[in-house]
Amino acid sequence: MSTGVRSSNADAARPLAHATRDALAELLLSIADDEFVIGFWDSEWTGIAPILEEDVATSSISQDEIGHARALYELLAELTGDDADRIAFGREPDAYRHAALLNHPRTDWAFSVARRYLYETADAVRLEALSRSSYEPLAGLVAKMRREERYHLMHLDAWLRRLADAGGDARARLAEALTRLWPDAMTIFTPLGGEATLVAEGLLPEPMETLRERWLTQVVPILETLSLPVPSGDERGAPLTDGGRTQRTDDFRWLHGEFTMVARSEEGAAW
Amino acid sequence: MVTAARSDISDPREAMIWAALDEIADPEIPTISVVELGVIGGFAFEPGLNGGERLTVELLPTFIGCPAVEIMREQVGERLRSLEVADDVEVEISFAEPWTSDRISPAGREKLCASGFAPPTPIALEAPSVNPDDLLTMLEIAVCPYCGSRNTTLDNPFGPTLCRAIYHCDACHQPFEQFKTV
Repeated sequence: MSTGVRSSNADAARPLAHATRDALAELLLSIADDEFVIGFWDSEWTGIAPILEEDVATSSISQDEIGHARALYELLAELTGDDADRIAFGREPDAYRHAALLNHPRTDWAFSVARRYLYETADAVRLEALSRSSYEPLAGLVAKMRREERYHLMHLDAWLRRLADAGGDARARLAEALTRLWPDAMTIFTPLGGEATLVAEGLLPEPMETLRERWLTQVVPILETLSLPVPSGDERGAPLTDGGRTQRTDDFRWLHGEFTMVARSEEGAAW
Repeated sequence: MVTAARSDISDPREAMIWAALDEIADPEIPTISVVELGVIGGFAFEPGLNGGERLTVELLPTFIGCPAVEIMREQVGERLRSLEVADDVEVEISFAEPWTSDRISPAGREKLCASGFAPPTPIALEAPSVNPDDLLTMLEIAVCPYCGSRNTTLDNPFGPTLCRAIYHCDACHQPFEQFKTV
């Protein structure tokens, strides 16, 4: 990962107040970590995906996500005067801020499809909102990300239907994974500490809670049509606590060891 | 950054820069130049830090995670420094204006076709939607670069690089790649 990715609009952006900058940094970090961690989890399928075409597809999608993470880490580094490589690879596992959905290992193919379907659909809602952000460097990058993410959405929609329609073991595993993952998928929309500031200033055009409801309104009917598990009314409305982006698992600690291995082997190396 | 558009070639210095950039091949599909690919957003001369003049070039990645971007960045910087038209040359990677496949020039589309790539379908992409009915009509039919048939099948929307999809021509039975519509 090298430096230099930035929006030329950043030069013209008016300086942000400290509280706003900190809140924006938290927002950027949470999205970047989501993209980074799901990219690394699904890259674990490279070479062993169910069919050759899928091996190519899942590798390509993972490469997109890690690319998005890189660009977001660059924006964050520019905002806070940090270094993108350090943010990506230089933190301890507990300092990552990805959603609890991304704490799980890849498990089996149905599990990875279920997770990525929930993630892509939620991410689409989040990115649509951020494309309207008053922070121009983010709005510009997100506009570009959305052009790529629509391929991911299409692909995961196809896989969801394929496994659901297959019946038997494939459908059973998919349903089981969705049941297990729904509560953690909600944590993508965990309210941020400085969210009120971000919303008031238009950096985050709508609260996370509003985005969660929009996502559920879109996705639940699709899953119901396929007779797949959806959250109950109570689960849909349950408030999200702070822990959704801070609790880490041993599975993630293992992945962290994998993706930081090269960076740790030669500290300070440039590539 | 205020940038010189491709049409501003009345200025001899700018014409020379565009010509130099047009000699730089895309690292992954070398038959097409970075100008034809549309990844040069523009350039501008600005006062440099040490009193001289700085040339800043805006590079728009085709895909955010494209590993060829850094190679393009180095090649553009190296080529323009060799022209000695400014005291300093900086190549900025920018997302302020997103690259879309509509930025590939007509000449670029022809060159893609001649080297076995179906050019992207011209688009004005709207916002992505989670409505599956919209999603499944997203990929247009690719025209076979070998025989011109529209009787083609998408094998995989993901290919050997981020920007390529894999198709099969049901008329001449050739597999081919399409530069993705994005």
